[in-house]
Amino acid sequence: MTDLTKTPEKTTFTSPGRTRDHYTVVKAKHPGRWVSAAIIAVFAVLMARSVATNPRFGWETVGLYLREVSIVQGIAVTLELTAVCMAIGIVLGVVVAVLRLSPNPVVRTAAFAYVNFFRGTPVLVQLLFWYNLAALYPTVSFGIPGVALDANAIITPMFAAILGLGLNQGAYMSEIVRAGILSVDHGQVEAAGALGINKLQTMRRIVLPQAMRVIIPPTGNETIGMLKTTALVSVISVPELLYSSQIIYARNFQTIPLLMVASIWYIVVTSILSIGQYYLERRFAKGGQRNLPLTPLQKLTLFFNTHDRLARKGGKL
Amino acid sequence: MTAAENTTVRAAPMVRADGIVKNYGKLNVLDGLDLEVDAGEVVCLIGPSGSGKSTFLRCINHLEGIDGGRMWVDGKAMGYDIKGTRLHEQKESRICRSRTGIGMVFQHFNLFPHMTVLENLVEAPRLVLGEKKSVVVQRALELLEKVGLAEKAGAFPRQLSGGQQQRVAIARALCMQPKLMLFDEPTSALDPELVGDVLKVMKDLALSGMTMVVVTHEMNFARDVADRVVFMADGRIVEQGPARYVITNPQHERTKAFLSSVR
Ligand SMILES: Nc1ncnc2c1ncn2[C@@H]1O[C@H](COP(=O)(O)OP(=O)(O)OP(=O)(O)O)[C@@H](O)[C@H]1O
Ligand SMILES: [Mg+2]
Repeated sequence: MTDLTKTPEKTTFTSPGRTRDHYTVVKAKHPGRWVSAAIIAVFAVLMARSVATNPRFGWETVGLYLREVSIVQGIAVTLELTAVCMAIGIVLGVVVAVLRLSPNPVVRTAAFAYVNFFRGTPVLVQLLFWYNLAALYPTVSFGIPGVALDANAIITPMFAAILGLGLNQGAYMSEIVRAGILSVDHGQVEAAGALGINKLQTMRRIVLPQAMRVIIPPTGNETIGMLKTTALVSVISVPELLYSSQIIYARNFQTIPLLMVASIWYIVVTSILSIGQYYLERRFAKGGQRNLPLTPLQKLTLFFNTHDRLARKGGKL
Repeated sequence: MTAAENTTVRAAPMVRADGIVKNYGKLNVLDGLDLEVDAGEVVCLIGPSGSGKSTFLRCINHLEGIDGGRMWVDGKAMGYDIKGTRLHEQKESRICRSRTGIGMVFQHFNLFPHMTVLENLVEAPRLVLGEKKSVVVQRALELLEKVGLAEKAGAFPRQLSGGQQQRVAIARALCMQPKLMLFDEPTSALDPELVGDVLKVMKDLALSGMTMVVVTHEMNFARDVADRVVFMADGRIVEQGPARYVITNPQHERTKAFLSSVR
């Protein structure tokens, strides 16, 4: 120990001339991990065997229908519904979120009522309502005198589905967007105001872009949720993925294989969406962190390339 | 208020506050405050915490509404129009237009984190004044040069030190070519070694003839740069005058007590 009260003459780097004993590092053992891994492996093998050998899964039928035209068309409808309804949901969500933060109490209450109504009733019920709108209003005039359109002709199953899912999603999205807006420091609004930027421009140019970091991750989740929720519109006979499978098994009674076909496709598409979500989140995290963590792809390349590659790049990727 | 009514006609002051009253619920923060700031004048506001300095500054550009009194900036009514015996709050567009002539610098910089330094400067002149991009960019780069940050034009605010961020914030306000600059404790959030750079920029600005109202705890800055020092307590002006009197030789007991506490 050096005398701390006295300022040392020079800075010392290492204590010279001392030899150290050498030890080998032995990592801690984790027997629990091995046991749990073994148990899981046994269960996995048993399950895989049962799935593979149970003839009632009808794997041949599954293979046969996986790329059936009507199934593929069903996927297209599912994707289309997801995209359109999410788009409606996002636009509505932003508008309603801004209205809910309005200083006008009437506007604020109306926005809250919308959210409360659509979050408070099951989507399935909403879908059935829209589908049966003709029973409630046989003719639609849009308030224009002389116009009397047949509601049955306007409210096609597809239209009812888009209306139902879109409006419902708007209510959920508005809560997400609202949380995002509230996450932005109020100083930002003040700084914009002090520069003479009006409220609308402040929202569009300053607040919403910053709210994105909070809004994007749950929106990715919502999109995946929406993809699966579209299966509900099979009850109003929109030919999406599930309904297309149902039509086939109604004919050939191969219920389980066709449900497997639908499930396989749902998993494939949601997996692709998850990857997209991952990269989207990374993109919007920019400016938030100084260094982003590696992507799995980058980690993989790093794993297969040995240290010299890293060294060549000076430790940076 | 009597003082303001008796003044003889002369060039309109840059800021004229007449009996400003501000309440937060039951709390009376500004209690009939009168202040005039002439064009080209540098006024430093000092006073104990909670005395209403920030509130008053924010009333000047109507970031806070007032509950009584009148405020004029550059000869125009700020925030409210008189109709008969009533004050009517102006429309947003009117208030925004008035604010374009008033720059404000905050304690916590409030730069837009999703924009580069250059974008921070260019945003408002483009959006609010509708100026041509090439013109604004040119001016923005000159201002960055002036505050010593020309090479940081492409950086994001998070990549800058506090002192650098505050200088960018000053440049951002100046890029609107304001006639009046308001500073709310611009150096209070900075590490001591970064304060000097910011004060230097402010001093240059004062020498260039800018009208400035500065809330500050930097007594040395107030002494060197301010034409007038205003000491506030409990929402009122207690004592004001040239720095060499108010800071060096205060008359009022409260001023004396405050100055001995900050030293
Ligand atoms: N938005 C608000 N709502 C309620 N009270 C407020 C609000 N803003 C400020 N106040 C109160 O008003 C009083 C004056 O605040 P102000 O920020 O003007 O003081 P200040 O002189 O700037 O103090 P400091 O030197 O600490 O910044 C304080 O008592 C504060 O608590
Ligand atoms: Mg303050």
